[in-house]
Amino acid sequence: MNTITPLLLHYNYFITIFLMVSGLYIVIARGNMIKKLVGLSLFQSSVYLLYVSPGKILEGTAPIIDDAYSIYSNPLPHVLILTAIVVGVATLALGLALVVRIHEAYGTIEEDEIFDREKGL
Amino acid sequence: MRRDLILRIVTKLVLPFILLFALYVHFHGDFGPGGGFQAGVIAAGMLILHSIVFGVRSTKHIAPQGLVEAMIPLGVLIYASVGIPALISGRNFLDYGVFDPHHTPHGHHLGILMVESGVLITVFSTMLAIFYAFSERGRS
Amino acid sequence: MIVLVMTVLLTLLAVITIVIIRQRSLFAVVILTGVYSFLMASVLIVLDAVDVAMTEASVGAGVSTVLLLATLYLTQSREYPQPRPAIIPLFVALGIGGALIAGTFGLPPFGSADTPIHNRTAPRYLAKSIEETTVPNVVTSVLADYRGYDTMGETVVIFTAGIGVLLLLLGRRRRYSSETGEEIQGE
Repeated sequence: MNTITPLLLHYNYFITIFLMVSGLYIVIARGNMIKKLVGLSLFQSSVYLLYVSPGKILEGTAPIIDDAYSIYSNPLPHVLILTAIVVGVATLALGLALVVRIHEAYGTIEEDEIFDREKGL
Repeated sequence: MRRDLILRIVTKLVLPFILLFALYVHFHGDFGPGGGFQAGVIAAGMLILHSIVFGVRSTKHIAPQGLVEAMIPLGVLIYASVGIPALISGRNFLDYGVFDPHHTPHGHHLGILMVESGVLITVFSTMLAIFYAFSERGRS
Repeated sequence: MIVLVMTVLLTLLAVITIVIIRQRSLFAVVILTGVYSFLMASVLIVLDAVDVAMTEASVGAGVSTVLLLATLYLTQSREYPQPRPAIIPLFVALGIGGALIAGTFGLPPFGSADTPIHNRTAPRYLAKSIEETTVPNVVTSVLADYRGYDTMGETVVIFTAGIGVLLLLLGRRRRYSSETGEEIQGE
């Protein structure tokens, strides 16, 4: 039990890093542009966890002030991440618009085929 | 989707409640979870659902494309102009105390609501304009 | 109890991520991304971030799924198998992941209250929010009042991204021949 507990209390960091690294892997290894954008948003959502999970206090509650509670989790990471999510979808839309234009110009969204076509020109 | 009777009727029933929920999330954001960002996305989601079931053309009757595109800068303008009265009266930019000099906390409350309205308008219209732009591309 | 719920939800997130990496059908990838967003929203609720969870559920699972599906409709919904080997990306990912995990043991355990981030600005916001703004939801008061500049910047970013999408997609539609690469006149 004594060796398990520290690992369990760092489990959120492990998963955060796993999500981050898999997003990175998708962005580097996959040539399909939509898959790359999905990988980018995986990476982004790992940052949500990275910010929000240290703000949690075990006995705490959501940061909405009420007389019945006295311990609240940290509201500051919530504010930062809330805006980051909406900005994230706006930039995702920008990336998808670029993908649509690339598909119209080259007829494909696979990176390798686009490179081949560029060489052929 | 012309013949999907159940889908159309259920959508018609659900739409006003989604809009009501968006307004609730916006105006109750001071007391519970929510605010301009979430309300804008939920309201835009309502119109996106409408256009998926009834077609983009009928949605553009409710929310004309030109109006939606004009609302994108309007929200930013509202947000920035909330800070102007404070500047004129010699306070810091975006100091909401100026709206109620006798009882500053109420001024802050009012300022928060106005700023959130700016956020709501920008987020709502950006999401909807992006959706319109994608659907436009598919038709031509 | 909270740690147990967190562990289960985070494990599910990791499983879905693995499926997303392996899946070749982009349609399935998009739907799994929606599932991922709902799971992430549940994790955020367990972490007491109710506002963030609401945003993630409506934005991540709602709007971005619709936009991804629209893009699939406009392009293609199948990912081609990769011709090149994936050894180097795997090596890079494992190397960075290993280094980061070694670094996490210096971080405070989950849920502890005596860490620096809980002792600087956050207690002041929590103590003074009602007195200074009459708003009980501290996230709202920090977002729109204490850090109003930040939020204005974020609004401008959303505005800019929206204008960018409109410029890219509402312009004149040009088609290029796939053989010669020359522009085809007319629709």
